[in-house]
Amino acid sequence: MKQVQDRAQTRAVGESLIIQTAVRLMVPFIQLFGLYVIVHGHYSPGGGFQGGVILGASFILTAVAFDLQTSLKRFTERTNAIMGNAGVLLYTGVGMLCALLGGLFLDYSALVRIIPMDPVEWRSLGIFLVEVGVGLAVMSIMASLYWDLSSRGELDEGL
Amino acid sequence: MTTSNLHLYILAAPLLGAFAVNLLGRLSRRWVAPLTLGVLGYATIAALVVLARVLRDGTISYTIGNWRPPFGIELVIDPLGALMLLLISAVALTATFSSLTSIERELPGREHLFFTMYLLLIAGLTGLALTGDAFNLYVLLEITSITTYGLIAMGRGRAPLASFNYIIMGSIGACFYLLGVGYLYLLTGSLNMADIANILHGLQETAALATAFAFIMVGLWVKMAFFPLHSWLPNAYSLAPSGASVMIAPLMTKVTVFLMIRVMFSIFSPEYEFIQHAGVQSLIVWVAALAIVCASALALAQRDLKRMLTYIIVAEVGYMVGGVWLANSQGMTGAILHIVNDALMTLCLFLAAAAIAYRTGSLGFDSLQGLYRRMPITMAAFTIGAFSMIGVPPTAGFFSKWYLILGGIEANQWGYVAALLFSSLVNAVLFFRIIEIAYFRTGEVGHGHDHGHAAVRVEEAPLMMLAPLVLAALALIAVGFGSGPLVSGVIRLAVPGGF
Amino acid sequence: MQGIIAEIVAKYNYWIYVVLMMIGFYAMIGKRNLVKKLIGLNIFQTAIILFYVSTGVKRGGGIPIVDKHAALTHGIDPATVVNPLPHVLMLTAIVVGVSVTGVALAVLLRVYREYGTLEEDEILEKIGK
Repeated sequence: MKQVQDRAQTRAVGESLIIQTAVRLMVPFIQLFGLYVIVHGHYSPGGGFQGGVILGASFILTAVAFDLQTSLKRFTERTNAIMGNAGVLLYTGVGMLCALLGGLFLDYSALVRIIPMDPVEWRSLGIFLVEVGVGLAVMSIMASLYWDLSSRGELDEGL
Repeated sequence: MTTSNLHLYILAAPLLGAFAVNLLGRLSRRWVAPLTLGVLGYATIAALVVLARVLRDGTISYTIGNWRPPFGIELVIDPLGALMLLLISAVALTATFSSLTSIERELPGREHLFFTMYLLLIAGLTGLALTGDAFNLYVLLEITSITTYGLIAMGRGRAPLASFNYIIMGSIGACFYLLGVGYLYLLTGSLNMADIANILHGLQETAALATAFAFIMVGLWVKMAFFPLHSWLPNAYSLAPSGASVMIAPLMTKVTVFLMIRVMFSIFSPEYEFIQHAGVQSLIVWVAALAIVCASALALAQRDLKRMLTYIIVAEVGYMVGGVWLANSQGMTGAILHIVNDALMTLCLFLAAAAIAYRTGSLGFDSLQGLYRRMPITMAAFTIGAFSMIGVPPTAGFFSKWYLILGGIEANQWGYVAALLFSSLVNAVLFFRIIEIAYFRTGEVGHGHDHGHAAVRVEEAPLMMLAPLVLAALALIAVGFGSGPLVSGVIRLAVPGGF
Repeated sequence: MQGIIAEIVAKYNYWIYVVLMMIGFYAMIGKRNLVKKLIGLNIFQTAIILFYVSTGVKRGGGIPIVDKHAALTHGIDPATVVNPLPHVLMLTAIVVGVSVTGVALAVLLRVYREYGTLEEDEILEKIGK
């Protein structure tokens, strides 16, 4: 009990034990839900952009409930940049790969030359690759939008 | 690798290049220049091949993802589009040499970020020249605009404020365009340009159609800075970093004029615009004449070289819009030829301004004194660009003005012809004033430096900035001499049917 | 007078979009604070998005999510589902709006750092000096 009281007193003004514990419990589920939304873009409302925003929102929630440094420790700026670029390169790369393999841009049925499956199946699954790329890119953009805007570009402390 | 996807690679190469520059530029600065130049060089060569192929075979149509139009997005490359592709790639490649040098000095350590946005902008412009779908046009227009907002805001001093003003006005324009496309979708149920044109053929004239046309036109006019919607342009283009303005100024407004031609002739038909609403046509030609006169007059009042050039851009947009709305074949030919010529002229003049700013640090008229002695090649190229703006044969500017004047006379638009001649006169005054300051006044040496390097002698611009400038000046003369074959070989095919 | 009232009542949703658009437009032009101008831009874009989405609505139409097997065997009757194409187009428009807002906020940060204020008249005073 003494420990909890000590911790409550040394905490800075404005931070709350309840919020921090709740956020710490919720963030993994939010991220799982974000992945779920990305994958289920076929059959239910969802897709790359929506799932990416949810994933990015999980990092923003961490930054708001704790402080900016905690969020940056989890998802460094360098990883952010790499994932963002990798997301777009995945999207454009898949499109170019289809074009290079003899089809048209984003014509997934051309990918049968790499993994032999029914072309119609490929067209249904190929968009999934593109959605993952979009989701990665949007996630890193959302997180970096919050970080840069709330800390005026210096990434030292947030709101 | 099949070459039937070649026109797509022209779009995909800058797109991939942008993100490769971002990733690899973070590792080491030396990746930025070769990647950018390599990507743009590839795009230029591919654009040449595509132009040759289109002239030989006719319009190429390409469906993304192999979904047949009107359900899929279609890329349509007709002779006009192929010409624009070549223009965009060539101008971008030439400007990049100069940008690489000046950005090293203006934004040290952030070149990879700058060139990411630069390559994305070129990818967007290329897509605008290729697309055949009305909503895809909106998306690409916004891609080009958003990257331009970012590039302009990277300048110093008042640049962020100018960029914010541009954001507000540019977004209004894009939203108007989106609204117009919404009305078209309501009326026809399709977003593909050729499909909409087919369906509109059988539709009756309604107020909704006129509203759609009006919204799309006004949206595009805001984007191309057609007077009186031009107030964002002088601040935005003159305060941008020189590395950005050498590429944005020649291309953005001209591509938007090309989009206006696309919308007017591939979606709506000439009969609708010119015959059913004849009053609107002559009104717009009068507004274009007014634009030319007012912009030229405002250019006379400027004391800074780059701001003067931006007002001249506004006047040139007036030439092109008036030429298109003249409703005859001469005017249309003149307008399309002027798109090509004006891009080259603006490129030449802005490259010269960037070279002068790199060496002297300021572009006020006082710091231009005696430059002929110290930067002879730069000022020689600037003089060629100036002669082309005035309309002196055999530079390229004369021939497009000739066609526009012929078209104006044929259409009995004497106001427009008078405005063209007045503008040539004012351009002569403007440029001879600069040539006089630079040649005849010997003035203080290196007075314009504001970094404390008072003892530095102003010398000729570095080779990387001089070479594209000389190339642009030579291109002006070459295009001038080659106007005949250019018009008969390419532009006659590009003039939309119906004249 | 009856005719005008009947017009407005019959197409009330279009009038709401017009009102929203004009609110956004007024904010962009009439307000002095730069952030309020940006919010006006967002309102304007949102009104256009609402307009587009409303073009697909049908009387008695349901959500355009159908069971895969039912669709493959019986086909889909277009009169029973709302048109999903404008929804998809507006997803793109929302993304564009978010990007413009992000860029504009970053530009406003630079303006604030340069001038210390976000009111347009104060900034013009500082420039004028």
